[in-house]
Amino acid sequence: MTSQTDSLLKVRNLKTTFHSKGRTLRAVDGISFDVRAGEVLGLVGESGSGKSITLRSIIGLTRDYGSVEGNVYWKGEDLLARTDKQLQSVRGSQISMIFQEPMTSLNPLLSIGLQIEENLKAHTELDKRARKARAIELLDMVGIPSASSRLSDFPHQFSGGMRQRVMIAISLASNPEMLLADEPTTALDVTIQDQILQLLLSLAKNLNMAIVLVTHDLGVVAQTCDRVAVMYAGRLVETGSVRDVLKRPQHPYTLGLLKSVPENIPPAHHSFRFPARHQHWTHCRRAALSLPAASGRKMCVLVPNPR
Amino acid sequence: MTFEAPVLAVEGLHLHFPLKRTLFDAIQRKEKRIVKALNGVSLEVKRGETLGIVGESGCGKSTLARCLARLYEADKGTIRYDGQEVAAKDAGALREYNRKVQMMFQDPYSSLNPRMTVRQVLTEALRVHNMRPAEQIKTRIAELLDLVRLPQDAADKLPFEFSGGQRQRIAIARALSVEPEVLVADELVSALDVSVQAQVVNLLLELQEKLGLTILFVAHDLRLVRHVSHRVAVIYLGSIVEIGDSEQLFNAPRHPYSKALLAAAPSLDPDKRHTRPSISGELPSPLNIPRGCAFHARCSHASARCQNQIPRLRALDELGKVACHHAHTPMNAENSNI
Amino acid sequence: MTQFETLQTTQPKRKLPPRVKALLRPGFLLGFFILSGSIILAVFPAAFAPYDPNAFDFMAIQQAPSWVHPFGTDNLGRDTLSRVIWAYSVDMQIAFFATFFAMVIGIIVGSLVAYHGGFADVIFGRIVDVTITFPFLVLVIAVVAVLGPGLTNMYVAVTLVQWVYYARLTRAEIMTQMTSDYASAGRVMGYSSGRIIFRHLLPNAMTPLITFWMTDMALAILLGSSLGYLGLGAQPPQAEWGVLIAEGRNFITTAWWMSLMPGIAIVVTRLGFSLVGDSLADVLRPRGAS
Repeated sequence: MTSQTDSLLKVRNLKTTFHSKGRTLRAVDGISFDVRAGEVLGLVGESGSGKSITLRSIIGLTRDYGSVEGNVYWKGEDLLARTDKQLQSVRGSQISMIFQEPMTSLNPLLSIGLQIEENLKAHTELDKRARKARAIELLDMVGIPSASSRLSDFPHQFSGGMRQRVMIAISLASNPEMLLADEPTTALDVTIQDQILQLLLSLAKNLNMAIVLVTHDLGVVAQTCDRVAVMYAGRLVETGSVRDVLKRPQHPYTLGLLKSVPENIPPAHHSFRFPARHQHWTHCRRAALSLPAASGRKMCVLVPNPR
Repeated sequence: MTFEAPVLAVEGLHLHFPLKRTLFDAIQRKEKRIVKALNGVSLEVKRGETLGIVGESGCGKSTLARCLARLYEADKGTIRYDGQEVAAKDAGALREYNRKVQMMFQDPYSSLNPRMTVRQVLTEALRVHNMRPAEQIKTRIAELLDLVRLPQDAADKLPFEFSGGQRQRIAIARALSVEPEVLVADELVSALDVSVQAQVVNLLLELQEKLGLTILFVAHDLRLVRHVSHRVAVIYLGSIVEIGDSEQLFNAPRHPYSKALLAAAPSLDPDKRHTRPSISGELPSPLNIPRGCAFHARCSHASARCQNQIPRLRALDELGKVACHHAHTPMNAENSNI
Repeated sequence: MTQFETLQTTQPKRKLPPRVKALLRPGFLLGFFILSGSIILAVFPAAFAPYDPNAFDFMAIQQAPSWVHPFGTDNLGRDTLSRVIWAYSVDMQIAFFATFFAMVIGIIVGSLVAYHGGFADVIFGRIVDVTITFPFLVLVIAVVAVLGPGLTNMYVAVTLVQWVYYARLTRAEIMTQMTSDYASAGRVMGYSSGRIIFRHLLPNAMTPLITFWMTDMALAILLGSSLGYLGLGAQPPQAEWGVLIAEGRNFITTAWWMSLMPGIAIVVTRLGFSLVGDSLADVLRPRGAS
């Protein structure tokens, strides 16, 4: 499980701290995990758990606002040691990112064809004609119907789901080896979410692209991820294969999170209850929750270490 | 529990919003564009039940909720409360309807006036509807806070001092202060984290039991709707495509759209993965609703009849109604091609 | 250290409420000092003016600033300092009367139009279009020309034009507030439109209005002075800053203090209004909003 030989990305003891008006807030508090080539890793947690910040810290997007400590090894090389300029060669080319609201990441004044070609220009050697052909190919790949005629359309002419497809097409322009997806389907309806997730999965498979998927929805995790890391208050509380974590959760927080989701069990009307917070909560407040780097699944003081 | 006469009966509700034409449109002789939000919605809500209303965004479920709370006046159609038609002319009856049917909103950050303390909010509601004599208002506020499980010192705080879940509790307390019979919950917990969702929904169900409330639970989260609802209505482009007993609908949906919607909801079981999207294409714009069955373009069962004739909502058995020409064919069989 | 402490111990122990903090900013303190000084001078000019503002002294015509006459004297030997101080009562009056009624009318009309919409809103839209296409000053001068010069007529003229600006701002603010669910909640609760507008929407729309009022009072002083300068506002020999500047106009090369001193008074007073207005925006904003 924890073999590190073929890890594409190794995050070690990542800490992100924000300072604002004399207050400091540790959003990410010593996180370690690995992502292998072609693997889909889910980073799940409630709002404020630090899952998005983790993702952004990996490619240095939080540098301007806070301080990032620890190591992020991309193919053995520490990204955090690089300057912003040096990061550019990785960010947006080998590692791409998509966001929750594609409208804000697309330029409303440029046609989407232009925006894809711009990315192709930056990351490939293709000439103008080849770039256009590639742009059409990419739009086709992400399932945009009659792609060639939509190159000249502007972002507002696409629906939310289609915009997310466009964002994915743009992020694929550089043939990335890893895609960071920050709640890519949260703003979408279930049927569209389903389409986008299926698309991401097939892309991961066909292009051998690793995906780190940040989400708050355990259902999304169950449907897409190979492995999952559960975050709470800036720390990892449980990691493991999706099947292990969702079917046999070890950490009380994961258990509570799972029980909060009204899954397909028939309700006994007016008497069903979600367990809101599990009974061990007070212990967790007192005890430190820590997950040693790349350890198996030890996550809670109350759970005996499986090893 | 007995479900007899409907407390709320809606018949043929239509609501269209004409879009403003710009001068430029007029010069170009463009047709007036109309958002067809509701296209003939009929449903009955029985006393004491929870009716879930589900659909994708833009399907008209929130518009329906707002119509029922009389924030919008329907163009066509009637709303009956306890058998009495609610007509715009009778101001007294309208006021009484407004008291009996209360609504809760999605956004916990905008549903409370940022400048009013909880006490002011509740006092105002109690005073305007003369719910209690002045000297009893204080004790009633204490009762209401107890009812929604907020501490007593919450009364003199301003909204910004509360979390999202607590604000939704305050909104529930505000609705309950006028002792309504029907609560319309429009995506009440959608903006909250799952663990907080659970608390608020549990509270709502508890209150329903305690106070005998009827609840219309509008939400896009199917898992949640299944758990709270006795019956469920599925809305597509401003029309009900299927309505019926919650368990029946979730176990064996009969409309192809309901089926696709249910299949798209991500299951928590990693072994139950599907490899193909449950439904292709996107929701058509409510500006331009397809002819015939609104769903035919995305439906794998569509026939020539579906392109021309609008299917009516009809009862297949005592458990539910479906608006599909081919609903008598078992939808569970994947290979049933018409 | 546990999770919760990591998040919480980093907060400073005692903190002043943000409202109080906004009031302690040097900008606000300076503005408050200027403004309260102006009001005191306006209410009790006689207590501060060293001379009678209208007393001629032909022995001291156009004297440069000195210890006896700190702001100098004018062409009739009147003490400029005394005239500037007496002008405070006129100009502060202008600041208030030329804006207050416009604000009240504008707020009422703007709220009603925003809330009820429909035909009234269309008419209002046209009125706004017409009003804002004309230069403000020209419109006011036209009205004063019809009504005749003088302070009262000037108030009427300014109110007739200026209420549109307040109404437009109010309408926009109310419309924004109306998209909030608390407004819908009020309607579902069966509250009257008057209650929703004036108890719920308006208090939340007031912050920009108050700030605008502060700026507008500063502008009104300038406007009053301009009209006084043109001979359409306050009439000589009444001391008013615009009138004083106009009187000094012919002697600007020989007796610059006659025009400069009232000019400085205008600038300082406007600064006071602006500084207070800026800080008020922070003070009036509902708590929790950033």
